[in-house]
Amino acid sequence: MTIQFKTETFRDDFTFSNSPEAIHRFPFPFDKDEYMYAVNIEQHMPGPVKSAFEFPIDIDEHYVSEMKDRALVLKQDPLRCQSLPHMITAEWDLLELLMESMAKNYPEHFTLTRDGDSWHWVNGPLGIDQKFTFGDTSTLPYPPMEYITRQCQGDFNLIDQRNDNLWMDAGIVTTQADWSLDFDIGMNFMEWHAPVPLAHDIGVFDRALKFLLNLQQGRPVRRLNWTMTINPRLDTSPENYHKWGVDRTTVTPENVGNKVHLRVELQALWRLPRSNAIVFSIRAYLIKMEELVTIPKWGRRFHRVLRDLKPELADYKGLTRYRQMTVDYLSKFDDGAPTSPGFFPD
Amino acid sequence: MSGGVEIPVRVVDVEQATQTVKRFRLAALSGEPLPSFSAGAHVVVTMDDNGRRMRNPYSLIDRADDGSTYRIGVLRTPNSRGGSKFMHERVNAGDQLVVTMPVNLFPIVRTGRKHLLVAGGIGITPIYAMANELRRRSASYEIHYAMRNEASGAFIDELRAAHGDRLKLYRDDMQEFVSVSQILPNQPLGTHLYVCGPEGMIDAILKGGRDAGWADENLHSERFLAPAGGEPFSVVLQRAGITAEVRSDQSLLEAIEEAGVDAPFLCRGGACGQCETAVVSCDGKLVHNDHFLTEEEHASGKKIMTCVSRLKGRELVLDL
Repeated sequence: MTIQFKTETFRDDFTFSNSPEAIHRFPFPFDKDEYMYAVNIEQHMPGPVKSAFEFPIDIDEHYVSEMKDRALVLKQDPLRCQSLPHMITAEWDLLELLMESMAKNYPEHFTLTRDGDSWHWVNGPLGIDQKFTFGDTSTLPYPPMEYITRQCQGDFNLIDQRNDNLWMDAGIVTTQADWSLDFDIGMNFMEWHAPVPLAHDIGVFDRALKFLLNLQQGRPVRRLNWTMTINPRLDTSPENYHKWGVDRTTVTPENVGNKVHLRVELQALWRLPRSNAIVFSIRAYLIKMEELVTIPKWGRRFHRVLRDLKPELADYKGLTRYRQMTVDYLSKFDDGAPTSPGFFPD
Repeated sequence: MSGGVEIPVRVVDVEQATQTVKRFRLAALSGEPLPSFSAGAHVVVTMDDNGRRMRNPYSLIDRADDGSTYRIGVLRTPNSRGGSKFMHERVNAGDQLVVTMPVNLFPIVRTGRKHLLVAGGIGITPIYAMANELRRRSASYEIHYAMRNEASGAFIDELRAAHGDRLKLYRDDMQEFVSVSQILPNQPLGTHLYVCGPEGMIDAILKGGRDAGWADENLHSERFLAPAGGEPFSVVLQRAGITAEVRSDQSLLEAIEEAGVDAPFLCRGGACGQCETAVVSCDGKLVHNDHFLTEEEHASGKKIMTCVSRLKGRELVLDL
């Protein structure tokens, strides 16, 4: 299946939008009419055809434009991509995982030919043709993690495992929901999750850490997380807060449907073979309120979730200032009818 | 399947390394390359002895450069409940086995500045892989390898060829013993020690390290326990509504599996914690053999690791 890649922007004039097909495959994160934290981890198994879960690494119509946006972020702020020296084996593991997965599932766009350590990678959409030696960094124009993640949608973190804890020791993070790799690098699992409210008290992180320490090779897992973003901006980083924080004050009853976006993160975790590290991928999907309500079930359900959300969570996610306006907008699309169980459209 | 992804393999080659150790070379039945693994990892091998299923963890020694084979080393233990005996007596080139994907409970600490590898007997198998990886990375390391006598050192020649004078041998028959007071002083800050071998040796090395003021974070060990047999008892799987007998030569986990319940497990050696199961009640005394639960948890009687622990008594009721 050939994907038609769109030309669009995630900054300045914000021309990003979703096609009807992209709306239909949006990974809507609520299977009920209410939301609370849970260890909502499941096997990262192939999902329904054409869904965002069909393949381990999802490439969609926004691919080319997202990669352009990533290059712009890295040009302005090289510290969005960092790797501690002991993570080089994990970087090669990641390169293998992404190239193999992209070539296998999107053969019309990507091809990988392996002959021992001599590899040949062709990326059609970005016009890249690269021969290199696996394991030899000097044969690539960038270090292996940066090389391949400049060609793959989603942020990626490489997590080292030692002393019964997980350590964020490498990553490329340009499409984040207000957290900073430069701040978190070198932290352990409990340290980087310290700011999250409520979840510590119900033991979510203790259980999640125990689970992840036993994550098995060949058995990746995934979860969905969500927040909201004003304008289709991928780079909502603390480093650039001065550029996007003020956007929250620009929402009006007239523009709410176009400006306010649900931002869903498809987070997946893989155990890497050579390094025993874990890759934690965070793939962000954006959808405008006026696109979301074209799926009646989602319009009803998101209205109820947002209306009843605990204030601590609304504050943490930064929704407080425009939450009511959004609830008012969504209420017009909620006739009170019951919603069917599960995530997918009726 | 609770134990993770499994790979059917064919035994390509069996080598009698010493009187009591055999090395097996395994290739994927599919002909595909076997997954890469990180040094210190093991696989769980499933053996089928006329319908009686046994599963033992074995550390991976190495993987062929083209990925075609893994090697494992198996010590024949005198009080084997069947696993190592089966591997030694019944498994020949051409036979089929099933292994799990590699699991690493004994990884190299990649931030370490230097690595002291200490092995006793068959404990050399993960150490062998770690030494190779450290050599590949041009890291700083030493190998201290203890054995009964030269003839029982299953890996001396290969290790000497690869590591030269980084390898130091200790022979019981020459009254040579690995002594922490010899190897710990004057190591640089950021050194990590890894020990694998007989129970007593591991305890002595770890104690020596702590006594010398080393932090627990720098001391690493792996011990796979062969699940001890014991007296038979009954197990009631409350949620499944099944009662089964645990024979004297069977582990609790094996009896649960034989009863048709897909219970969680990973290492089957009391180390990883995956098979932790809630005890509803028990008529008898729990015999805890694992290294995962804390002493308080052992004393509480509320949890059991089904892979190596059992009951001395009549009946155990589990939340399964």
